[in-house]
Amino acid sequence: MTRSVRRSRRTRRSTRALRAAGAGAAALLVLSACGSSDSGSSAQSGPAGAGELSGEVIVFAAASLKESFTTLGERFEKEHPGTKVTFSFGGSDALAAGITGGAPADVFASASPRTMAVVTEAGDASGTPQTFVRNQLEIATLPGNPDGISSLEDLTDPGLKVVLCDEAVPCGAAAKKALDASELKLTPVSYEEDVKSALNKVVLKEADAAVVYRTDVKAAGEKVEGVEFPESADAINDYPITLLKESKNSGTAKAFIALVRSAEGQKVLTEAGFLKP
Amino acid sequence: MTSPSDSASSPAREADAPDTLGGGPRRRRVHGGGALRGRRGGVPLPLLLPALIGLVLLVLPLVALLIRAPWRSMPDLLTSPEVWQALRLSLVCATAATAVSLVVGVPLAWLLARVDFPGRGLVRALVTLPLVLPPVVGGVALLMALGRNGVVGQWLDDWFGITLPFTTAGVVLAEAFVAMPFLVISVEGTLRAADPRYEEAAATLGASRFTAFRRVTLPLIAPGVAAGAVLAWARALGEFGATITFAGNFPGRTQTMPLAVYLALQNDPEAAIALSLVLLAVSIAVLAGLRDRWMTAS
Repeated sequence: MTRSVRRSRRTRRSTRALRAAGAGAAALLVLSACGSSDSGSSAQSGPAGAGELSGEVIVFAAASLKESFTTLGERFEKEHPGTKVTFSFGGSDALAAGITGGAPADVFASASPRTMAVVTEAGDASGTPQTFVRNQLEIATLPGNPDGISSLEDLTDPGLKVVLCDEAVPCGAAAKKALDASELKLTPVSYEEDVKSALNKVVLKEADAAVVYRTDVKAAGEKVEGVEFPESADAINDYPITLLKESKNSGTAKAFIALVRSAEGQKVLTEAGFLKP
Repeated sequence: MTSPSDSASSPAREADAPDTLGGGPRRRRVHGGGALRGRRGGVPLPLLLPALIGLVLLVLPLVALLIRAPWRSMPDLLTSPEVWQALRLSLVCATAATAVSLVVGVPLAWLLARVDFPGRGLVRALVTLPLVLPPVVGGVALLMALGRNGVVGQWLDDWFGITLPFTTAGVVLAEAFVAMPFLVISVEGTLRAADPRYEEAAATLGASRFTAFRRVTLPLIAPGVAAGAVLAWARALGEFGATITFAGNFPGRTQTMPLAVYLALQNDPEAAIALSLVLLAVSIAVLAGLRDRWMTAS
């Protein structure tokens, strides 16, 4: 009995200590979650000497850059042994929201100045973003173009299943611009969350056509057929790229941006269907 | 979330009641040890600390949602027609998906619980699979099966001119695919716990198997069915991955609340928080309703 009394007193005394410990543990948990993104690399933010580049660079890039940036990332790793380029591809808006929300990233390449502005206005960019390529819209149709689509106006046929990107993402904003400029009313079956999922609805033959970028049509190869339309000239997207303020490896990140903007990088990008800035 | 209730210890107390045989009253008097006193003295630190961290992990994000909520602009955000459209579609689709699940899920649960057929274990595993499958995978699988170019879908399109992707029916189907296992598992558990002798008695009195199911079994397992239905409904309401993959995103037709939240987050984070709060409120209401159900079901 007495032991239980003693124990209860001890319990009471330790309650206060526990509260403090609990709060401390919670804080620790949060801190360790923030810190766990360190890839253990000796992050050097020193001068970008070619010989001393190392560690990981995390690049947030628009979904439409997937193929070309993956190629450039591999080249970069080959040229600078000891470096690692990690990509996160997605809708530019989701990526921008992630960066302003504190996602760990070194470089941001977006598919429109508007989404880049989200990051610069939040004060997360380091320096001024540079336009490195431009992209034009194209219609992706089923292989062989069975519906005989030859213009943007053909897409307004109610018998066709057309997918567009959501207006929240650059390809959707550009498509809206082109449609508004030509005063066309187009009702799609779906507003997709990024350009690749819009394209894939056509690749899977679930939709008859999608308004996507030239580069996406090119990347899909034989699975879709591209149809150019003149109104796309009214909605050409500039792609800005920037170093991010929170970068833990800015030297290596700068070197990657330099590669993207170099003649070699531009060659890879134009081969993928991008236009020179 | 709730304070420790006394109802848990009441059966023990009843068992203690005929206590005149042994050594006097066995119940120890509790010295005011505060909330941290369990049944056996203090709570050990190695258990309490992780428990508190776990609690913080679960509760903190929801509290943060409330703290960061744009209360002042909430009325404007929530009265916009887009929000109502998405909310209405969500409620309609989740209810329809639950109805579909009830119509085919309850008989399926009965089959699994009451009929001993070869391969029953395999069937049960297959029924449970969508429960653990990532919803996006479910969406892709639905496209492969019922898309315009799918294994079955192409015949639907050729013969009846029915295409399911990008339609409200597609949303209902995606939600039912994800939510039905909850109902089936819940009802099957209730059926297993229910006494089959009532049904046997009904059979000896001349009721057919179906009549016995309708008049005896169904009323018996009603609480379990209701709990399963609420679970399935809540799961359907929150469905995102399978819906956006299979049914796409079109306001008023396939854009449910979770899709609206996801896309709003990219344009207008405040609107996304407001939408999230609506779903959170609905979830809390479901949980509150479910708790009573569980009580009566157990």
